[in-house]
Amino acid sequence: MVTINDYEGGETAWCPGCGNFQILEALKRGLVNLKLEPHQVLFVSGIGQAGKLPHYLKSNLFNGLHGRSLPVATGAKIANHELTVIAIDGDGGGYGEGCNHLIHAIRRNINLTYLVHNNQVYGLTKGQTSPTSEKGFITKTTPEGNFLQPLNPIALAISLGATFVARGYSARISHLTKLIEEGIKHEGFALIDVLQPCVSFNRLKTYKWYNKRVYDLNEDKEYDTSDKTVAFSKAQEWGEKIPIGIIYTSEKSSYEKQISALKTAPLIKQKYSMAKMKQIIDGFVQ
Amino acid sequence: MDFSFLIGGEAGQGIQSTGQILAKTLAKGGFNVFASQDFESRIRGGHNFFRIRASNKPIHAISEEINLIIALNEETITRHKSELKKNGLIIHDSGESPRILHPSPSFWIPFEELAIKKAGNKIMRNTVALGATLCLIKLDLEILTNVLRRVFADKGIEVVSKNIQAALAGFNYVKEHFSGTLNPYFPAKKESQLMLANGAESVALGALASDCKFMSGYPMTPSSGILHYFAGKSVDMNVVFEHAEDEIAALNMAIGASYAGARAMTATSGGGFSLMVEALSLAGMTETPVVIVLGQRPGPATGLPTRTEQSELDFAIYAGHGFFPRAVFAPSTPEECFYLTVKAFNIADKYQIPVIVLTDQLLADSYSTSSAFDPAKIEIDRGEFLSKSDLGAIGKYTYQRHQYTSSGVSPRAIPGNPYALVVTDSDEHTQAGHITESAETRTKMVQKRLKKLKGLRKEIEVPRGYGPKEASTVLISWGSTYGAMREAVDALNTPKEKVRMIHLSEIWPFPRESLAQQLKETKEIVVIESNATGQMAHLIKAETGISATKSILKFDGRPITSTYITRNFLEEAEN
Ligand SMILES: Cc1ncc(C[n+]2csc(CCOP(=O)(O)OP(=O)(O)O)c2C)c(N)n1
Ligand code: SF4
Ligand SMILES: [Mg+2]
Repeated sequence: MVTINDYEGGETAWCPGCGNFQILEALKRGLVNLKLEPHQVLFVSGIGQAGKLPHYLKSNLFNGLHGRSLPVATGAKIANHELTVIAIDGDGGGYGEGCNHLIHAIRRNINLTYLVHNNQVYGLTKGQTSPTSEKGFITKTTPEGNFLQPLNPIALAISLGATFVARGYSARISHLTKLIEEGIKHEGFALIDVLQPCVSFNRLKTYKWYNKRVYDLNEDKEYDTSDKTVAFSKAQEWGEKIPIGIIYTSEKSSYEKQISALKTAPLIKQKYSMAKMKQIIDGFVQ
Repeated sequence: MDFSFLIGGEAGQGIQSTGQILAKTLAKGGFNVFASQDFESRIRGGHNFFRIRASNKPIHAISEEINLIIALNEETITRHKSELKKNGLIIHDSGESPRILHPSPSFWIPFEELAIKKAGNKIMRNTVALGATLCLIKLDLEILTNVLRRVFADKGIEVVSKNIQAALAGFNYVKEHFSGTLNPYFPAKKESQLMLANGAESVALGALASDCKFMSGYPMTPSSGILHYFAGKSVDMNVVFEHAEDEIAALNMAIGASYAGARAMTATSGGGFSLMVEALSLAGMTETPVVIVLGQRPGPATGLPTRTEQSELDFAIYAGHGFFPRAVFAPSTPEECFYLTVKAFNIADKYQIPVIVLTDQLLADSYSTSSAFDPAKIEIDRGEFLSKSDLGAIGKYTYQRHQYTSSGVSPRAIPGNPYALVVTDSDEHTQAGHITESAETRTKMVQKRLKKLKGLRKEIEVPRGYGPKEASTVLISWGSTYGAMREAVDALNTPKEKVRMIHLSEIWPFPRESLAQQLKETKEIVVIESNATGQMAHLIKAETGISATKSILKFDGRPITSTYITRNFLEEAEN
């Protein structure tokens, strides 16, 4: 039986009190609850405070470039779809540098879980504005305050017809654990945006600020995650009240299910056929 | 017998497929064939042409002089009649009544009228022209009809039979109305077993025969043909092609697939490769094998999208931040595209590095005959992998992906096996693959990655020589200019042998010692390349200390031809 101890990893380099610790804890719990062993899981992460997370647990890991976790995860999943693949980025990497990949990963509906640690700031590079920073946020790169409209990842994902869109809050560890489990179980692309306080560079979005505002949307038994219009309006809710939970789900065949080479076995297990190769070359002689 | 054709017309008129059919027919007719395409970056209109040369002797390039022009529009006549050889002929369908064009000898054939009358559709006009051509060169019509049957097999029986009727109409028209002679006559031969493929197809075939399981890419001329061919075979061969959202994603996907255990590649041109550079460095750092085809075209920026150049040699060798070993191959012929792609995969796996295959538009779109590529001759070397029992022996989850070794190569494991966790990082990392800032580890890791160069250097073939060994003048070429060079050297050495040729297909790590050795007794070194700054000449100087006496360069986007080389060589020699 796999236990939390099996996932215990190396020493962390985050600031004390950082929301990332809570996300790490939720991830470990979720993987254990799903009875997944470390070697069955592949983490692919980018560069940033969030991207360091998989170094602090035990599993397979490809820690790639800033903003490029999704294409690496996509390639790895195509090569071996028996792996549970989890991609991790910060809001800078996921919604800035690599946002194009997010759009197309949603369109592919490839069976990955994508966790974005949304602290609304660039943590690792010491506090610049991010694509999700709110208007007026004063940083080293926005001395007059950020005047750009923050990107709404939830609305973006719903508009693209994503099949699983959720928002978690790092301090609600059990709730986040559940979201992660659901995301992994989901057959298709799962976006989990995680509100994560950065205690060093974001003095606006503190634990106190979030604690007062977040509520679990799914506690309302009437809430229908498959209603796109309702989900889209929930995605706009931000301010006095902030919904967390599974916001939108839809049914669509996953990428792996539609590619004929992946139907019988993972790609890496497909046998090369020299006979077929010879036949193809023969066609050039004919 | 050495005979050249030119088929010209507008984009959208099917010049390319008509050219391919004629080239195939000639190959099937027992000739060595070389064909190249010249097309504009547009879908309709403009002027496109396809050159085909056929000979019963080995040939390596197109010829600038043409025996038969197949003009599918008037512009072809005005543009190309000056290239017509003495005794050459233009066949055309211009004007309303038979017209004789001066000064070139020409023969009017109502391509379109015959197509409508005999095949019920004017689209068949090109096939009428092909039938007429077969009669003119006295080649058995059946060879053409067999090719038509195969080429149009997918389109159904009606399309096949209409094409055959059209070919017959053209053939009979010439038989009845043409009284001239077209020298030299083609000997009718029995069907041959030669293969005819272009560079792009040959790269894709090489990938498939190497058991490459995954290709990702974003379309860009001149490499799209590789993507198309591989994608087209994906169902048959149980492989996956993924049309990525951009080239950044394309290379990152290939790296992800390779990390997970599948041989993987991507193909692009200079602009796309620019976007891939960060990921190239990632492959170097994470020691992930990957093959990247860089099909060159004239730059900078968008440049001349459908034309040719050899201007990314420096870029291929030096691209990427930080130092990491890589190999760069530049195949010279479609056949070499096949075998060097195979070698690229083996070297990538053996040394766990990125390998770049440099082609260009000329090579990607040129067809030549060769003996059939032989998949049985290929050895697939996946490099060092730890087996389940090896991994079991080192203890559960204690495997280190980047373990120090004397060769610098750490045995791989595939993620997902129950014994090992495969951890790697674009940050500097420990042997276990985890992020570190330790000065000591950093130094050791740089040394580890560099160590691979020692083995890698030995993999590079000695540059190929051709011509008299004792010649004091050496002409150096690389990549796709091989064919033109071979023919230029033959021409320069007739009647008296005076020059030698050295050709580089395996360029990086640079074969310093072997090239320096070959150049020892040389008095004059001429480097021939399709770029404006003489990148190969610089590289030779940087790597061996030997300076070229002169460079023959061309950078108008059109291929270097043998006559271009001989003319420039002789002109300079006279000065
Ligand atoms: C191509 C590239 N550009 C810039 C950087 C520098 N960089 C590293 S992390 C980062 C932003 C981090 O912000 P985020 O993605 O939100 O992650 P966080 O640290 O907040 O978790 C930047 C700009 C980089 N590593 N690579
Ligand atoms: S800078 Fe912010 S995000 Fe980074 S570790 Fe510190 S608290 Fe966490
Ligand atoms: Mg951030």
